[in-house]
Amino acid sequence: MTQYIIRRLLYSLPLLMGVNILTFVLFFVVNSPDDMARMQLGQKHVTVQAVANWKQQHGYDVPLLWNDSAQGGKKITDTIFYQKSVGLFLFRFGVSDSGRNIGADIKERAWPSLAVALPTLMVGLLVNICFALMMVLFRNSYLEHAGIVLCVILMSISSLFYIIGGQFFIGKVLRLVPISGYDDGMAAIKFLILPVMIGVFSGIGSGARWYRTLFLEEVEKDYVRTARAKGLSETQTLFQHVLPNAMIPILTGVVVVLPLLFMGSLIMESFFSIPGLGSYTIDAINSQDFAIVRAMVFLGSVLYVIGLLLTDISYTLVDPRVRLS
Amino acid sequence: MDPAVAYSSNEYTFISQIYEPPFQYHYLKRPYQVVPLTATRMPDVIYLNQRGEKLEEGANDSDIAFTDYMIEIQSGIPYQPHPALAQNAQGDYEYHRLSTAQIDSATSLYDFKSTGSRELTAEDYVYQIKRLAHPKIQSPIAEIMKNYIVGFDDFSKQAKDKPKAAIRGLPIEGATALSRYQYRIRIKGKYPQFIYWLAMPFFSPMPWEADVFYGQPGLADKNITLDWFPLGTGPYLLAENNPNRRMILLKNPLFHLETYPSEGEPEDKQKGLLVDAGKPLPFIDKVVFILEKETIPYWTKFLQGYYDASGIASDSFDQAIQFTGSGGVALTPTMLEKGIQLQTSVAVSSFYMGFNMLDATVGGATEQARKLRQAIAIAVDYEEYISIFTNGRGVAAQGVLPPGIYGFDDCMDAGGRATHGAVADDKTGINPYVYDNRDGRAQRKKIDAAQQLMTEAGYAGGIDPKTKEALILYFDTTATSVDDRPRMNWYRKQFEKLGIKLVIRSTDYNRFQEKMRTGNAQIFVWGWNADYPDPENFFFLLYGPNSKVQYGGENAANYHNPEFDRLFEQMRNMDNSEQRYRIIQQMQEVVRRDAPWVFGYHPKNFSLFHGWYKNLKPNLMANNQLKYTRIDTAARAEKRQQWNEPVFWPLALGGVVFVLMLLPAINAYRRRVRETVQ
Repeated sequence: MTQYIIRRLLYSLPLLMGVNILTFVLFFVVNSPDDMARMQLGQKHVTVQAVANWKQQHGYDVPLLWNDSAQGGKKITDTIFYQKSVGLFLFRFGVSDSGRNIGADIKERAWPSLAVALPTLMVGLLVNICFALMMVLFRNSYLEHAGIVLCVILMSISSLFYIIGGQFFIGKVLRLVPISGYDDGMAAIKFLILPVMIGVFSGIGSGARWYRTLFLEEVEKDYVRTARAKGLSETQTLFQHVLPNAMIPILTGVVVVLPLLFMGSLIMESFFSIPGLGSYTIDAINSQDFAIVRAMVFLGSVLYVIGLLLTDISYTLVDPRVRLS
Repeated sequence: MDPAVAYSSNEYTFISQIYEPPFQYHYLKRPYQVVPLTATRMPDVIYLNQRGEKLEEGANDSDIAFTDYMIEIQSGIPYQPHPALAQNAQGDYEYHRLSTAQIDSATSLYDFKSTGSRELTAEDYVYQIKRLAHPKIQSPIAEIMKNYIVGFDDFSKQAKDKPKAAIRGLPIEGATALSRYQYRIRIKGKYPQFIYWLAMPFFSPMPWEADVFYGQPGLADKNITLDWFPLGTGPYLLAENNPNRRMILLKNPLFHLETYPSEGEPEDKQKGLLVDAGKPLPFIDKVVFILEKETIPYWTKFLQGYYDASGIASDSFDQAIQFTGSGGVALTPTMLEKGIQLQTSVAVSSFYMGFNMLDATVGGATEQARKLRQAIAIAVDYEEYISIFTNGRGVAAQGVLPPGIYGFDDCMDAGGRATHGAVADDKTGINPYVYDNRDGRAQRKKIDAAQQLMTEAGYAGGIDPKTKEALILYFDTTATSVDDRPRMNWYRKQFEKLGIKLVIRSTDYNRFQEKMRTGNAQIFVWGWNADYPDPENFFFLLYGPNSKVQYGGENAANYHNPEFDRLFEQMRNMDNSEQRYRIIQQMQEVVRRDAPWVFGYHPKNFSLFHGWYKNLKPNLMANNQLKYTRIDTAARAEKRQQWNEPVFWPLALGGVVFVLMLLPAINAYRRRVRETVQ
């Protein structure tokens, strides 16, 4: 398995390089270093000299990909691409164009994102699985039909409605929890209850229906009939046999997103004033801060690769027949 | 947060409470008046000739080669406690030579436990001027100050390759500390507006220790920078700086004595604005700014009393504001019931629709082009725009100057009605090319007048004689989202009144800027927010040598009229006087006639404050109002408690309903497990 992991990690290097080049090209097709300087320097009194000065101070006064005026290897190394990209592979994200250390910012903002996303995922998983198992338990009854209708209704409503409705009803009318905000340590709990509740609730429709499909596929299999034949109750059959066998597709969907939980959710964090990473990339795109954009795209790619790798490893844990080679 | 760099209003909200330039705007007096802050008195202004000899008062402007500003600051003003100023028993700075281990272990400025302070000196103000000139600091006003402060450019060149802290020993000709408490700034020629710059945070003092401390390698990697942890003498210090979550200002424990003003406008006493006269500032110990990205939670939390102040978003406007029969605005009964106060003020800003004067169709000084522009100015109904798109929060502009700026004719109020018994005629207040004067009220000319101008311009019925089809004009904008569509359609409809087909050319910000720089835009909308309350700061937007295409300046319309330029050159360095006022009116007349802009509107700020928020008076030039604000904390705590009692019974009811819903499921399950196999 170690060999497999090393091989997969090595495969990811050209992939990350490709992502990096693509981000670079896409960004600079839209924004030139002059545009970036003007954006950072503001609207007033921006002179040509000020733009040139900004570019020089931030290392954007060299060519993008190829430096014709340099000698030897410097034709490649004295370029914006080389100077801004090499550090990424060592996880040195450098300094944003507005002067902040990106690595420190990511570290600071990742925890609040995780504080919302992780409980939402875990509680959501539990609720969705329970709900799906209930529907399977009562399959072909009016309870299952009612459950499916409820799921379709829940799926059809925009998540924005849940957020605004939840804030209005629970925060404003009942005044049970704060409408938005965040705090450090345990004090954060009262602020997290509402976003987690809403996150879970808005995901029930699609989640429960998806898991129901997986469970239905399993309950028709021979081993389930055998389990029933040997006298196990329906709940024992479902929880002890069906659930473990349905774990592979569930894990596929869950483990791959685990590393990405750090990246946060734009809408959720925005409405609940969670100081996470959700808006970090979009704010950077709006302010044409290339340093942050490339760092976040790179980080996203790395986390996705890690997520896929973890998924593969988790298969071996839930299904002893799977061997990674 | 570096006062040499910060130039946006959200940065000023903080740094104006932390840093103290030598002068400030009087909180209560109007028109805006610059008064001493850390200075003992207003500066002595000395005019010099080319040989550096002092000129007598009343000397001709042409004889003035230099102006000296002699500034004396108060003694005994300490800096806020800060690690950069901490000294040990031997008098050595504790943190100026940090070891690698110390830097590695630090995660924040607060990891440096010792703090110190020292007295503010004139040298600190001079040092800050040097910082403005240092290319590595990248001050946004460096390019402007090159034109004014003597030796500024030379200093920039000398300092180019030097570290920030190394400029301390490098002299700059135009700024000299004459003693511990006195310094001199020498500028080129005469520039009376320079006093306004001296009231901006750019000219706040900076101790050299700050640059030495923050300049140590490794600290920037931990985001321990001056940009993040400021060091000033102001009433507040920044205790927490996390713009993504919250910022906390705490009262500076070493703040020098400054008292609440005891003079103001005549009605200020009646409004209770002088109750705190003579009391030491600031009144609030801790100020918390919280980032709310969405308006809905922000508004709700304001109504719950968790925020003391709020703006009014469009979606909550009707909930907060109602229009009275006379066209005025008032709070709704719900707001009044909560004791909320409304504050309105017309911003010292102008939004306008500009014509590129280099364009072959709408630009130029020909009679045909001028009449076309004048016709468009009548057709584009900004009163309607304000009503539809800003909830009535704006005043249609009659000229270049917004209210509150010297030269703005205040014979009219925000609604366009004559005030103070003044008679508004065609030469004052009202733009006679766009409005008719109806008993002192500005009434937009009928569209017939615009159509007549179109005919005189050679575009009868909006038909272009060259193509025999509707005249096509191009509107360049950055408005690309779906939300912008109604506004763009509105512009189209305004032009349709004249038979003109308006093509909207939406593009991203960069391309739009490029078009403006190269002169490829035809019609555009633009705005300007005053740097300081002087007409020069608005008229320079139309001064020929400031044109964007030719000189890269702020004259986005590329307007060039020799008569206007001559009047501007005459007016810009004058002190306010009857003569200056007359010249300003002449300039207004020239611009109104030439119509390089369709004068748009001056936005009107609506702000809401709870009843416990005291000493409330809009001051659009000063940013350091926080120190004058007082909060009745007992009233706030009481109201918060009263407004936010939790309601639990629906929760219990929900629980019961849920259990009842589960019962059929439980029954069904029991039935199923008891079933015998058929």
